[in-house]
Amino acid sequence: MRHENIEINAALMIVLILVVISIGGLVEIVPLFYINKTIEKVEGVRPYTALELRGRDIYIREGCYLCHSQMIRPFRDEWLRYGHYSLAAESRYDHPFQWGSKRTGPDLARVGGKYSSAWHVQHLNAPRSVVPESIMPNYSWLLQNDLYYKDVGDRMRALRVTGVPYSATQAEYEANVKTFGKDIADKLDIGAAEQNLLEQAKTGNYDGNPNKLTEMDALVAYLQVLGTMVDFNKYNAGYFAEFR
Amino acid sequence: MMNEKTTKQQKSTAVQTTGHAWDGDLQEFNNPLPRWWLWSFYATVVFALIYWLLYPSWPWRDSWLHGLKTVTFTVGKEKVTTDWNTRAVLIQELEEGRSATVQREFMEKIAKVDFGEIQKNPEMLAFARSVGKGLFGTNCAACHGRGGQGVVGLYPNLTDDDWLWGGSMEKIQETLTNGRNGFMPAFGETLNPQQLDDVATYVLTLSAEAPQSEASDRGRELFQGYGGGCYACHGKDGKGQQSLGSANLTDRIWTIANVPEKQTLEDKKAAVKQVIANGVQNRRVMPAWKDRMSPNEIKLMAVYLHQLGGGQ
Repeated sequence: MRHENIEINAALMIVLILVVISIGGLVEIVPLFYINKTIEKVEGVRPYTALELRGRDIYIREGCYLCHSQMIRPFRDEWLRYGHYSLAAESRYDHPFQWGSKRTGPDLARVGGKYSSAWHVQHLNAPRSVVPESIMPNYSWLLQNDLYYKDVGDRMRALRVTGVPYSATQAEYEANVKTFGKDIADKLDIGAAEQNLLEQAKTGNYDGNPNKLTEMDALVAYLQVLGTMVDFNKYNAGYFAEFR
Repeated sequence: MMNEKTTKQQKSTAVQTTGHAWDGDLQEFNNPLPRWWLWSFYATVVFALIYWLLYPSWPWRDSWLHGLKTVTFTVGKEKVTTDWNTRAVLIQELEEGRSATVQREFMEKIAKVDFGEIQKNPEMLAFARSVGKGLFGTNCAACHGRGGQGVVGLYPNLTDDDWLWGGSMEKIQETLTNGRNGFMPAFGETLNPQQLDDVATYVLTLSAEAPQSEASDRGRELFQGYGGGCYACHGKDGKGQQSLGSANLTDRIWTIANVPEKQTLEDKKAAVKQVIANGVQNRRVMPAWKDRMSPNEIKLMAVYLHQLGGGQ
């Protein structure tokens, strides 16, 4: 084909430009789908429970990802500050993942269990009351807003379409029992989502007020589970290096 | 006019054109790249091809080409050598990196000696201060503040002379390792409003915030007797017991009721009354750090916190 023909035919040129610029992406992304070590083989990673999922949605709604990353890189300084580097397996059920790209605040990939729930409530409500030098905004409405949870089943159903194993049928439930064990499989059951959510909020009492189910309950439940699913004591130092 | 000029210029520089003309007179010079440049470019392409094969990069079937094995680290007692990847490089750096090695040597020294020796050795003390500062920033500063100043009512100040659970290095180490759970029952239902008022007044007299009065005398009866039973934890003299984590009420350091901030006696009394009525529950939990910090790190932290101020 003569170059002149391409240059005088705008539609053809657009198509060919798209082909050329997609090559870079395709070369980097496509192999990850068939390389069998992309996602590390690791125990413990499970989809979020109904309450944690609502917390995650609030995390996204409030734009937490704009200032906080959830991606600990394999460097010594990050290892010392945040703990074990993040695994691909740890965000396999995240759609979309919350890796982020900017750290105005600290990384949150392993914030779960690091502080008490009471601290999180105090800090989200008025960050400067515990960290005077903080520039984080006050999220004071989280404690006031009732948590809307009637659509949590739909939210789980939507994620199920993307491949997250929330169970809608008996067969899926049984498959989950096999993979995750009965306790967790029960929590991934879409039919029991609302009931599970209320129960977890009650026993967890994340916002410190057992009489009111707030958005704070959900967000703190989510923060407290971040990075806690994998027990890294089970794996030797070289294990995860084999996957890269 | 333009046309003539361009043609003249073209002729004078005597460079070939690519041959096509647009809009009648737009032409493109054909300036070939210098030979040295062109060959350098080809050389980089060849370099890239070799680089691809020596380092892991190229997908191959359900895996990828691993290239040379260049990174060595220890797993258990075995030496493992793998291809270059950031995770392996990290393990190697944690093992052999300069600062990691120096730190490890110090850590091993510290593990062998007791607190007394660390305090006597200026080098170890300096190490404890610098490592402790980093660990404090990562693990403790969120609650206790970057300078250890704490938040009145929530998280204890670590720089003052008051130690609820003991201020010796050994006690601090114990607190860090296993955590603490501060607790005071609520007296809002046991004591009537008048009694609450009396006890609060008495507590304020203990640190000379209020003058002694009939009310404070009645408060003392309650404090030291079965009526209030405060003495069971705080002691008859109100000095507290570190084995229980009960506050010393006589040292003018306030950890929960923010008395110094209040201006009038009434406000001070109200602040103290509030603590007596509601107790201190579920908000003075110090987590156990033994799963997050190594025993050596905890030991260093104990030294660091001790020298932060008020260590006993």
